[in-house]
Amino acid sequence: MKEMIRVEKLNKSFGDLHVLKDIDLTVNESDVLCLIGASGSGKSTLLRCLNFLEIKDDGIVVFEGDQIEPKTHNLNEVRQKVGMVFQHFNLFPHKTVLENVTEAPLMVKKTDKATAEKEGKALLDKVGLGDKYDVYPSKLSGGQKQRVAIARALAMKPDIMLFDEPTSALDPELVGEVLETMKDLAKEGMTMIIVTHEMGFAKEVADYTIYMHDGRIVERGSSKELFDNPKEERTKEFLSKVL
Amino acid sequence: MIVGSVFDVGTFISELLRTYPFFIKAAIITIQLTAASVFIGTGIGIIFALLKLSPMRVFRVIANTYITIIRGTPLIVQIFALFYGFSQIIMLSAFWSAALALAVHNSAYIAEIFRGAIQSIDKGQAEAGRSLGMSEGLTMRRIIMPQAMRRAVPPLGNQFIIGLKDSSLAAFVAVDELFRTAQGIAAGTYNTMETYIIVAVYYLLLVLVFTVIVNEVEKRMAKSEK
Repeated sequence: MKEMIRVEKLNKSFGDLHVLKDIDLTVNESDVLCLIGASGSGKSTLLRCLNFLEIKDDGIVVFEGDQIEPKTHNLNEVRQKVGMVFQHFNLFPHKTVLENVTEAPLMVKKTDKATAEKEGKALLDKVGLGDKYDVYPSKLSGGQKQRVAIARALAMKPDIMLFDEPTSALDPELVGEVLETMKDLAKEGMTMIIVTHEMGFAKEVADYTIYMHDGRIVERGSSKELFDNPKEERTKEFLSKVL
Repeated sequence: MIVGSVFDVGTFISELLRTYPFFIKAAIITIQLTAASVFIGTGIGIIFALLKLSPMRVFRVIANTYITIIRGTPLIVQIFALFYGFSQIIMLSAFWSAALALAVHNSAYIAEIFRGAIQSIDKGQAEAGRSLGMSEGLTMRRIIMPQAMRRAVPPLGNQFIIGLKDSSLAAFVAVDELFRTAQGIAAGTYNTMETYIIVAVYYLLLVLVFTVIVNEVEKRMAKSEK
């Protein structure tokens, strides 16, 4: 299996707060990995270190065989291959749904307009928003917004998708539609790393799950194993609280 | 001791009807002066707003120094400095030295308006842009600035109204705008109170027209987002 992303001895602090401690992690092509753990355990920071929205203090990040350093690599080029979906969607409010999706292909990849719009529309059709091309994000429900955000990230044809608590800001009845979209993506073989509190989804969809606590990886394993038969005391304690 | 009346309605009306050709001509110069200073001032203001938000300390220091000096000194001093000082080196007409002084003066306030507007845009917007592979400059131009512009419209409108009224100080370097015209008429006719109330009416009318325009722009921008 082809290695997609590898992290070794990654450390990150915000001031005196040591958020990530000696993180080691490898994700192969088509893997679906869920990161679970309490708030403040470092899962989101780890995810953000993978597309360099946060820059690690030390350790290495290897992406598709290249060890990426902010000083020697053009991070903009790396980020084109790493899609990201945010908890609060972060759609561009001054652009229509279709413009949100075509913005980066047009501006970054210099795709011609006809192609970008055709591909954008196809992606929006795929996430079930074929009737919303010309609508502004303020008119959409949370679930629809998040599906646009997924389409927007996919428009750059990334090799891996990062999801930072994609359903945490949604009303409960809207969570399902976003998880369905993500499930479809996983089935197509997309490599995905997902920070989530949706334990049912993690168990069902993720190949592997990692439990983090206090900036460290406490336990990792296949999702089935980790949820059905956790080995570490702290994992058991956490799962007993959330399941 | 009261000599005659301070304000006479009859004089006011007859002067209003007699002087309007002079005032209309002067109002056009006031509008040109304001438009030039607002236009140039906005350009300079955006540049200093971006400098102030730069990650490079030296740029921030330059921007802060500029804003501190310009906001900390009177406009009339700046107009005189430019007209009697700089125009010795570069030939500047009275109109352009006043327009430039007004532009520089306004730019300091406009820089702060844009800085505030840019900073008010949610950090997630920049992150979304960057996560798609957009450079910092592209994200600023395509994602942050269009949103910041919208938020800047109400305070900018306010600043432009201040700029319109401040343009009256150009009278003191002999630009024949509204206020200097009023001074000339008042000195010639001794109808001091009537003349200055007439010129106040012209300023008020210009401000009202401008307010309507700003409100219209605000409404249009709000519409395009929904």
